[in-house]
Amino acid sequence: MPADVIDALAEPEPTSAPAQQPALGFFGGLRWMWRQLTSMRTALILLFLLAFAAVPGSVFPQRGVSPLRVGEYIQDHPTAGEWLDRLGLFDVYAAPWFAAIYLLLLVSLTGCILPRCLHYARNLRSVPPPTPRVLARMPEHRSYICDASEQEVSDAAATAFRRARFRLRPPKTGEPTNAVAAEKGYLHELGNLVFHVSLLTLLVGVAWGSWFGYRGTIVVVEGEGFANTLTQYDDFTPGRGFSPGALAPFSFTLDAFDATFLADGTNRGQPDTFTADVTYRETPDADPRTKRIEVNKPLVVDGAKVFLLGSGYAPVFTVRDGDGNVAYSGAIPALPQDPSFTSDTVVKVPDAQPEQLGFNVTVAPTAPDRVDPATGPRSIFPEMDNPRVYLGAWAGDLGLDGGTPQNVYQLDTSAMEQIGREDLGVGETWELPDGRGSITFDELAQFANVQVAHDPGRWLALLSAVAAMIGISLSLVVRRRRVWVRASTDDQGRTLVEVAGLAQTEWASLGAEVDAVLAALPGAPPAMEEKV
Amino acid sequence: MSSQTWAHVSNALVYSTIIVLSVALVAFAADFAMGTGRRRAEERKQRRVSLQRQAASGGGVATADAATALPADERWARVGVSLSTLATVLIVGAVITRGISAQRPPWGNMYEFTVTAVAALMVIWVGMLPRRPEWRDLGLIVVLFNLLLLGVAVLVLYTESAELVPALKSYWLWIHVTSAIIASSVFTVGSLASVLYLFAERYERRGATLSPGGIRDAIGSRLPASKQLDTVAYKTIAFAFPLWFFAVVAGAVWAEDAWGRYWGWDPKETWSFVTLVIYAAYLHARATAGWRGRPAAIIAIVGLAAFLFSYFGVNIFFVGFHSYGGV
Ligand code: HEM
Repeated sequence: MPADVIDALAEPEPTSAPAQQPALGFFGGLRWMWRQLTSMRTALILLFLLAFAAVPGSVFPQRGVSPLRVGEYIQDHPTAGEWLDRLGLFDVYAAPWFAAIYLLLLVSLTGCILPRCLHYARNLRSVPPPTPRVLARMPEHRSYICDASEQEVSDAAATAFRRARFRLRPPKTGEPTNAVAAEKGYLHELGNLVFHVSLLTLLVGVAWGSWFGYRGTIVVVEGEGFANTLTQYDDFTPGRGFSPGALAPFSFTLDAFDATFLADGTNRGQPDTFTADVTYRETPDADPRTKRIEVNKPLVVDGAKVFLLGSGYAPVFTVRDGDGNVAYSGAIPALPQDPSFTSDTVVKVPDAQPEQLGFNVTVAPTAPDRVDPATGPRSIFPEMDNPRVYLGAWAGDLGLDGGTPQNVYQLDTSAMEQIGREDLGVGETWELPDGRGSITFDELAQFANVQVAHDPGRWLALLSAVAAMIGISLSLVVRRRRVWVRASTDDQGRTLVEVAGLAQTEWASLGAEVDAVLAALPGAPPAMEEKV
Repeated sequence: MSSQTWAHVSNALVYSTIIVLSVALVAFAADFAMGTGRRRAEERKQRRVSLQRQAASGGGVATADAATALPADERWARVGVSLSTLATVLIVGAVITRGISAQRPPWGNMYEFTVTAVAALMVIWVGMLPRRPEWRDLGLIVVLFNLLLLGVAVLVLYTESAELVPALKSYWLWIHVTSAIIASSVFTVGSLASVLYLFAERYERRGATLSPGGIRDAIGSRLPASKQLDTVAYKTIAFAFPLWFFAVVAGAVWAEDAWGRYWGWDPKETWSFVTLVIYAAYLHARATAGWRGRPAAIIAIVGLAAFLFSYFGVNIFFVGFHSYGGV
């Protein structure tokens, strides 16, 4: 396309940085900086920076995703780890430099988009510029000779344009009346603006959600319940603007939990379904309701979503001490150690007499017929087909009184002695040696790993994303284009009709559009359809 | 037939596709070696110019389509296209039979993603040929790329046909993956065109100074015109961008239901974001003075690299929720 042809469509580019100017002065300097910041070139560079800056978050473990692995990493690489930590590389998406990039991009975007929105609004009713003198240089150009008058051709062109919903240049005094200029495709710019504005509101939605939202996880054993208060969470991540009053006052009990696993095929033992039947109340005095939660199908209460993340087993024990009193009774969640749910936990019985008792417990939901001494007890299938627990019993001082918090999954045996090992099936009891009491394996319950998440910004984020998609599609599909028709009388007194078209960027359908207009003109030869 | 049998049929179809594509590759290589690409492009250009002259002189009648009509001398390219069409049918068959075998849409693990992506790429490319004859000049590189993908799929990623883990059973997932496959296939076409663009543009700039018969001259003189490659790249990327955006959003909707957060910067999410941003940068570059042409093409290629990394690299190197996709 020759340059002057492109100029026929060019908008004053509102974002282009001015060429070098001498002696700017203070305000001039500010203005210059603002122009730089909102220029397309800067936007481009910031986009690149953003892409580049997001990468380390996938290379190094992230606090927000798995704090444990961050700890391991720092232990394994003490020097590098410390520096990486200082640079925020373990929390990239919350790091100041990451924020700096997207905030700059945001400012740039606002500074770029607002003037364009104003410009668009002001030009809503603008009309196409007059027909250029030379049409033959346009990328699409047709011409033919007919006997209709100039006026007939112009009228037919105007009608055709209106029918095809073009915007027309109204006749103006001093302009030749034998040419019609029309323009179409303003949705291109609108779509582009909608897209960029939606990116802004998307970010607002994301920020809103992470500021006022929260997320927490809990282990709930079958038959037990949960009330949405801070103390009940095993792990809780509030947004910075979170206040405990924002916790929706719901509660639920886990009536039944069921996990099934593939029983055969190459992926034997792979999880197949999780379902949790819960009874929940929106508020403490609301009527109880029931709901089945499945993977991908959370329970939604009062804006909070309750998800199933995983499952595990919780053996239920009753421990009697040497005096015959029940010193412990209940379910204790066990941490899965392998895909077949061989799980470990400990039972601490501080109230047992004459000495405190502790048990190391390995749970096998489907125990093997014979334990391989090399590996120790290992479950052979994740479902509960033949549940068995393998116990190591210890007596002595559990060390709970020292005041230092203990890991609930570890037994501090420094002041204890091992008094025996045994394995039990459901309902079986092991009488401990020397009259220290007994332990009964009552049943194997399941527990669900439940996550509660509340994100008040997610609707805004979703709506913005949808608007952005519509906007960008419009902007990429619709092309702004101008089509002209001119009728002039040649030296033999006949009418030469020219139809020409120009699109803002190269556009394959322009030819067809020009042909369609042409076909509606008087005396247009059918041969126009001809393909060479 | 049993699930096993269908899986075997699918595998056989994949191997057949590899064989047919290899022959197609030879055909396209022969076509390339004979230097038909640039000549075709030249002829198209000349036609366009002469048609415009005709039109400008007032007497002629022209349509733009004429400019893209094909010149003669294309035996090898035709063989390549026929074989590619056959390969497309075979690979689509492989996808369908795999789906029958697993009794679900067949893109549940990396092997299946890859095979389906190859099928999508072939369908898009072959399907566009009647409307866009100039896309045929991409034949060599498209076929080569697909062969590489299939090779990786068969040798590295192969997984038995099987059920999915619970989190993957969601219709949002199918929407997400389907759009991601289509978008990425189209991105690939666009970025491959950008690769060729770099060579063609360099040749056009340096053509006169290159020693005739040298390797650069040999490659450059056989490529289609850079302008045409640039247009193909822009159009494909402009088409794929909203679709990729949609794929990312659909993935976020699914993640919300599966994991309780729509965005968590897990490595796969991070890399799909990086890919999106890079292609956005490409579209911007196309509209920014001083960045059109070479710089834009390089951005498009970086986009493909980022995408390939999010596709293979992430599953293989990083631990994240997505890595249970079965590698
Ligand atoms: C948040 C990051 C941004 C993203 C993801 C983004 C994305 C895009 C995309 C995909 C397009 C292509 C639309 C088309 O070709 O019609 C586009 C066009 C455009 N963007 Fe952005 N953009 C961003 C920020 C900005 C900023 C900061 C500016 C201001 C300098 C800007 C100015 C423009 C302009 C003027 C166009 C129109 C180009 C044309 O006419 O083709 N964008 N943007």
